[in-house]
Amino acid sequence: MLDIQNMSVHLDHKTIVDGVTFHVDENDFFMLIGPNGAGKSTLIKAIMRIYSYKGRVLLNGREISTIRPKSLASLVGVLAQEHQPRFPHTVYEVVSLGRYAHMRGLFGMLGQKDRDKIEEALTITGMDHMADQSVLTLSGGELQRVYLAQLLAQDPSLLILDEPANHLDIKYQITMFDIIKKWSKARGKAVLAVVHDLNTAFCYGTRALLMHEGRVYAQGKVSQVLTRDNLKAVYSVDVAQWMTDLMKHWG
Amino acid sequence: MPDTGGRLPESKRSLWVYPLSVILFAGVLFIAVSLGSVQVSLSDTWNILLKYLFGKGNMAEIQSGAETIIAMVRLPRVLLAAMTGGALSLAGAVMQSLLKNPLADGSTLGVSSGGALGAVLSIVLGIRFSFFPELGLTLSSIAFSFLSLIFILTLTYKIDNSLSTNTIILTGVIFSMLAGSITSLLVVLSGDSLKQVVFWSMGSFSGKGWNHVILMAPVFLIGSLVIITFSKELNAFSLGEEQARYIGVDTKTVKMVLLVLVAVLIGVSVSVSGTIGFVGLVIPHITRMITGSDHRKLLPASLIVGGVFMVLTDLLSRTLLSPEEFPVGVVTSFTGAVIFIVIFYRYNNRSARKY
Repeated sequence: MLDIQNMSVHLDHKTIVDGVTFHVDENDFFMLIGPNGAGKSTLIKAIMRIYSYKGRVLLNGREISTIRPKSLASLVGVLAQEHQPRFPHTVYEVVSLGRYAHMRGLFGMLGQKDRDKIEEALTITGMDHMADQSVLTLSGGELQRVYLAQLLAQDPSLLILDEPANHLDIKYQITMFDIIKKWSKARGKAVLAVVHDLNTAFCYGTRALLMHEGRVYAQGKVSQVLTRDNLKAVYSVDVAQWMTDLMKHWG
Repeated sequence: MPDTGGRLPESKRSLWVYPLSVILFAGVLFIAVSLGSVQVSLSDTWNILLKYLFGKGNMAEIQSGAETIIAMVRLPRVLLAAMTGGALSLAGAVMQSLLKNPLADGSTLGVSSGGALGAVLSIVLGIRFSFFPELGLTLSSIAFSFLSLIFILTLTYKIDNSLSTNTIILTGVIFSMLAGSITSLLVVLSGDSLKQVVFWSMGSFSGKGWNHVILMAPVFLIGSLVIITFSKELNAFSLGEEQARYIGVDTKTVKMVLLVLVAVLIGVSVSVSGTIGFVGLVIPHITRMITGSDHRKLLPASLIVGGVFMVLTDLLSRTLLSPEEFPVGVVTSFTGAVIFIVIFYRYNNRSARKY
């Protein structure tokens, strides 16, 4: 589905992503892991053409830079890490924008299929009872679920998650990943997720890529990538030791 | 609201608001045309308008001067005020969404300062045509608005070719200062025409006639219509540019098209009426409190609310100290600020975080 070959991204004459190659297939839950500044978010933004890149990024065999924004959005959707609404849109309005790529006609009237998808997404994320509420009144966790609902309504084949649970409490984190896993598995979708929490990567990931200073440090099955030695080298901390010590607190 | 299955398709909700507001709008226009320093009764106004617009109407008992005042002076003036108010509000709503910034309005782009410079230049140089005395000012202002637009967009593009929000705001502010300083210099050097310059720079519909209506109407109608077709893109932009991109909006093209349309609306408004403050900033917010943030409702409603507001403030500016007039920009800023404070205060008290 997504095939990235030797991708590099340069910003302000600095190399942020340096010759990265990997691929994400249907039914994959692909975890992109690495310390701050490793280039994970930049890589995501380059895939979505917010930054320009060198190398090849193929989506179903087509170079992604030749795909028009609307067609691209019907294939790939993104859940960003943070949202700061400024205007009092209702939850329903925000979620219904997920259907933008599927809408036809000048004034963007929603068809029956669009409305069904929106209702479904609102129900799955548990936001249906808040549909008419202004997004300015929501908590961080609720807001992130609204944008997840928008992404589900968008219904792309590849979901890209850019640290989606970064400032959510632990219950919201678990709920969110459970929803995404269940939804994507049932529909044969692919997921590419940037995560900081290594436990989340272990729990939900099928494959993983560990990035370090813009390059691929290791990739493959999650258990083969997240080894004690790899993590120690990349984070310059003995992560595994620290986690084992932590576990003692929980008896 | 527990039963989501029974929700009406949102486009069908409260459709009666539209015909009602159009009727209300027409009523305000009519009353504004009939009121003024010379008294003309409502029924006489009605008859004159019927005669003038449709060729029928009972003119038997009407004084000779009334027809000229209604048909040649007040009607075009009221129409211009309505179009300008609508254009400024619409431009403000678009800029607030495009830049995801509630403090933006049409003047944020810097085009109005450029237009003002053009107008002041023509006043100071005394460019006049006998058949349409203000044509020199209007054309010069339009030309300068357009040149400013090209200059601002080129500069923004050169600095940062993704046309990012911050770059647009910065370029706009800097260009406004540049144009403003040259305008100030011209004002100082203007001598005899000082009063005219000052009056113009505060905005006024005084002495505007059908020539201006004919100049503005096509630009206004086409510009507004095209902008309204971008409603769903503007909804997306008000969530932020990156999010708009993620859901499939061709952000760069849409932004470019909308900026040009806004600049054209602002340029024509400035050239006709001078710089009128506050309308573009405040009316979209007031309208949002009525319609919500969905641009499919917000944009048409902003046109009407802005039009009504401007017609009423213009009415105040020409009747309050009648027969003296004062610049409408003074009234818009004053009343706009007061209305906004009152509404904002009450709204915030009612639902603490809703707005």
